[in-house]
Amino acid sequence: MPEPLAEASVGLVTPQVAHFDSAIALDCGVTLDAYDLCYETYGTLNAARDNAVLVCHALSGDHHAAGYHSPDDRKPGWWDNCIGPGKPIDTDRFFVVCPNNLGGCGGSTGPLAVRPGSGKRYGPDFPIVTVRDWVESQARLADRLGIDAWAAVIGGSLGGMQVLQWSIDYPARVRHAVVIAAAPRLSTQNIAFNEIARQAIRSDPNFHDGHYYEHDVIPEHGLKLARMVGHITYLSDDVLHTKFGRELRAGKINFGFGVEFEIESYLRYQGESFVGRFDANTYLLMTKSLDYFDPAQAHDGDLTRAVAGCQANFLVISFSSDWRFSPARSREIVRALLDCDHDVSYVDIESDLGHDSFLLPIPQYHKVLSSYFARIEVGP
Amino acid sequence: MNAAALRPEHRLIADWIADGSRVLDLGCGDGAFLAELQRVKGVTGYGVEIDPDNIVACIERGVNVIQANLDEGLSGFDADSFDYVVMTQTVQATRFPHLLIDDILRIGREGIVTFPNMGHWKCRLQFTRGRMPVTRHLPHTWYDTPNIHMCTIDDFEDLCAGRRIAVIERATVDSQHRAVIGMQLLPNLLAEIAIYRIRRRP
Repeated sequence: MPEPLAEASVGLVTPQVAHFDSAIALDCGVTLDAYDLCYETYGTLNAARDNAVLVCHALSGDHHAAGYHSPDDRKPGWWDNCIGPGKPIDTDRFFVVCPNNLGGCGGSTGPLAVRPGSGKRYGPDFPIVTVRDWVESQARLADRLGIDAWAAVIGGSLGGMQVLQWSIDYPARVRHAVVIAAAPRLSTQNIAFNEIARQAIRSDPNFHDGHYYEHDVIPEHGLKLARMVGHITYLSDDVLHTKFGRELRAGKINFGFGVEFEIESYLRYQGESFVGRFDANTYLLMTKSLDYFDPAQAHDGDLTRAVAGCQANFLVISFSSDWRFSPARSREIVRALLDCDHDVSYVDIESDLGHDSFLLPIPQYHKVLSSYFARIEVGP
Repeated sequence: MNAAALRPEHRLIADWIADGSRVLDLGCGDGAFLAELQRVKGVTGYGVEIDPDNIVACIERGVNVIQANLDEGLSGFDADSFDYVVMTQTVQATRFPHLLIDDILRIGREGIVTFPNMGHWKCRLQFTRGRMPVTRHLPHTWYDTPNIHMCTIDDFEDLCAGRRIAVIERATVDSQHRAVIGMQLLPNLLAEIAIYRIRRRP
């Protein structure tokens, strides 16, 4: 835990586990009789119980959004720059809850968990979960914590999709919805990239149809490739050029297939570090949740009708160089909300960092979030 | 109204806006006008703004703000979705004022548009001396001005007549923001700011 950072940090945090014995019927038709949700909280729930903020994580995120698990941790949680005392989501005012999603590999029930009665891990047999299933499971966590309505639900990318789903499924339980770098559903191109990632994993000889745990291997190459292709879509062409250009590691072309360009080295590093911390079956599930997300589907593709019943005050944020979920995709959401006369503000942040911008402390972005959260009324 | 906080033209416009109506404010700046309309007249609606600092100011005030470039049109808004679409001192800085005004009257029942009058005698005087006008309301030099489509009161009324736009009401103010008698007789010569309330002709 680096000292200078620790000051504005939530400090040391310990993940908690909520066990649920009430069955949850999933969209896919399967019922989970029991499940665990692993989550972290920062700040204190006030007496009025109206200062709780739900943070929804994205594809490769987890419940560790802020602070440190041990004083030896080199890096804090994934959104530490945004959550903490005096930060945009100010833990001096708000009680922040961040769960690991069902099907995840951070401690909530997912492919890594042992299937009750079988003694074996779920592996590929863990049911495919949807964004709606996540919202349902998170709502039960809210019940457990005694939170009737969230002061705000916030998330970026796949997290932003959960925010939108929350505001649709539980209109009275979401006072403010902050939807960042999201889309009302994936484009064909988005699904195409996901399919490359899935094929990379599934065609790895170590995948064993998802039963790799039993063979004591992991589909390392496949997962690495999946992460590499994903990572390209998280960054913009400009930022890749600025960061790496066409720099050669050895200073000259070697006429071979080893690492030559800096960008190759960077992508390999990203892939390799991901393999150590993420489960391939979970990755497959998460990409499917993304592909299936489409709240307008139940309304003949009409997003306006899908959001008609929302009661939240919305803040929608996009980033100018994001081509994974471009500003135009955020404007689709804004347009539907405007059609319904809902309270909404929309901000397109100037950034050359691509989709990943939502995780970065871009001054204008954080100013907008800080101003917005400062307006949210909470009791003593 | 909180007179001190508002520009004089905003005070005039506020009198035209009915209580509880829906307002879209194009180029809403820091959101002060909308915030005041919300407070005093109970209006609902949105501001449209492009400047990042102004957008933060709107959010700080609790004013709904949509970031957009007016030169890219208002296709994000439905037809007839607002009672009033307000655009103060902005029309002269847009690329296609005539198309934007059409769009204003597409989405609003009424449009309220204000602009600096290039026909004012001070501007004319500077022209006779062979210079581009620089006044209190037009402080920029020709090379750094955002105002690329200046017009006079007569020009604007020609545009309205040619596009089947009805002028419901017109107000004018001078540099002291007074509405003096002479201005009613010779608005194109004596008014510094023109304020129009317009709608589509049936």
